[in-house]
Amino acid sequence: MVSFKALLLRDLRLAFRQGGDGAMAVIFFVLAALLFPFGLGPEPEALARDAVGIVWVMALLASLLALDRLFQGDWEDGSLDLMALSPLPLELVVLAKALGHWLVSGLPLLIAAPIVASMLQFDTAGLPRLVAALALGTPTLSLLGAVGAALTLGARRAAVLVSLLVLPLEIPLLIFGVAAADPAATGDGSTQFMVLGALLALALPLCPWAAAAALRQALD
Amino acid sequence: MHRFANPARFMRVSQIVLPWLATVTVLFLVAGLVMSFLAPPDYQQGESVRIMFVHVPAAWMAMCAYTSLALASAAALIWRHPLAEIAAEETAPLGAVFTGLCLVSGSLWGQPMWGTWWAWDARMTSVLVLFFLYLGYMALLNAFDDPTRGRRAAAILALVGFVNVPIIKFSVEWWNTLHQPASVLRMGGPTIDPSILWPLLVMAVAFTLLFVTLLVLRMRAALIERKIRVLDAAASGALG
Repeated sequence: MVSFKALLLRDLRLAFRQGGDGAMAVIFFVLAALLFPFGLGPEPEALARDAVGIVWVMALLASLLALDRLFQGDWEDGSLDLMALSPLPLELVVLAKALGHWLVSGLPLLIAAPIVASMLQFDTAGLPRLVAALALGTPTLSLLGAVGAALTLGARRAAVLVSLLVLPLEIPLLIFGVAAADPAATGDGSTQFMVLGALLALALPLCPWAAAAALRQALD
Repeated sequence: MHRFANPARFMRVSQIVLPWLATVTVLFLVAGLVMSFLAPPDYQQGESVRIMFVHVPAAWMAMCAYTSLALASAAALIWRHPLAEIAAEETAPLGAVFTGLCLVSGSLWGQPMWGTWWAWDARMTSVLVLFFLYLGYMALLNAFDDPTRGRRAAAILALVGFVNVPIIKFSVEWWNTLHQPASVLRMGGPTIDPSILWPLLVMAVAFTLLFVTLLVLRMRAALIERKIRVLDAAASGALG
C-alpha cells in the first residue's frame, strides 16, 4: 500500500511539475466542444439536444490524449523494469497509473463539463446527473486506456494505434453514459447508472490484469 | 494438445488433407450457389432474397472467426503453442473479409429493401464494431519491429475484445431499442420456408469449409515464409 501511494504521488507530482497533460485534456475538451456550434449551427434547441452526446464524445477523445505517455516514459528510462521487480504486483502498478491518469485528465473534465454543457444551452437542472454519469464513467475510460497503452508500448505510431484499439471498446460506456445523463430519457436513469457502475466494477479487476499481462510481454 | 504443436507434422498432415478439403469446399460452394439461384423468389423480397444466401453465412463466419481468433490466442498465450499463434494471426484477415462481406452484402440488400444503404440498426452497428476490432487486431499485430511482441500483444487484445463483444452487443441492442423499435427493419417472418432454409444451410457449410481451407492454406504459407526468412538470414549470415 505504501509503494502504491508512493507511485501514485510520484506520477501526480510529475504531471503537475511538468504541467501540460491535465491542462491539455481540458483545453482540448473545451476547444473541441467549441467547434460543434460552428458545425451544427448556433440554434439553442439543436445544441441543447446534442449537448450530452457532445460532452461524452469529447470526454472519450480527451481521455486518449495522454495515454501514449502513460507507460512510455517509464519504459524508456527503465523505471518500468524497476516497478516490475518491486514487491508491488504489476497489476497494482497499472492500477496506480490508471488512477493517476484519471486524477490528472479525468477529474478536471468533471469541472469543465458543466461549463461546456451550459455553453451548449444544456438545461442546468440536468447538470448534476451529467457530472455524476461522467464521474462514474471516466474511471473506466482510464482503465481501458491503460490496457491500450500497455498493449501499444513500443509500437510504431502508438498514439494513433491506441485510439483504434480503445475506442471500439468504449462504445458501451458512451451509450450508457449518454443515456444516464439524457434528460429526455424516461425514468431517473438509475438503470443506466447501475450499468455504468457495473462496467466500472468489471473493468477495475480485469483491466489492470490484462494491462499487466501486456506489460510483461513488453518487458520480456 | 502438444501433439499438434509440431509445425513439421502440421505441414505433413495438412498436405494430405488440403486437396480433399478443397474439393469438398468447391462441391459445397457450387451446390450452395446452384441451390441459391434455383430457390423461388421470396414473396416480399423478390429476387434480392438471394443476397441473403451470402449475407447470412458471412455474418455467421464473422462471429465464428472471432471466436476461433480468441480461442487460438488463448492457446497461444497459455501454452505458447506455436501453431495456435500462427492460426490466430492468419484467422484475423479472413474474419475481417467475412465481416466486410457481411457489411457490403447487407448494404446491397438494404438499398432495394429498406431504401437505404445503411441504418443504425443494432445488429449492423455491432457488426461494424466487430469489423473495427479485427482492424485493430491486425494493426497491433504489425505495429512492432519485433514480430513476437506484436503477436503476444495482439493475442491479449483478442481476449480483451472477446470479453467485450457481448457487452458491446448488449449495449448496442439496448441503445437501439431506446431510440426506435427495429420492427420495420426485420426480415420477412420468424419462420423460414424450407425452400430458402436448405440453400442457406448448404451455403453456411460451404462458408465454414471455405474458412477452414483458406486458414490451412494461409497457415502453410506463413510457415513456409518463416522457413524462407530463417534460411535467408542464415545465408546472408554465412556470406557476411
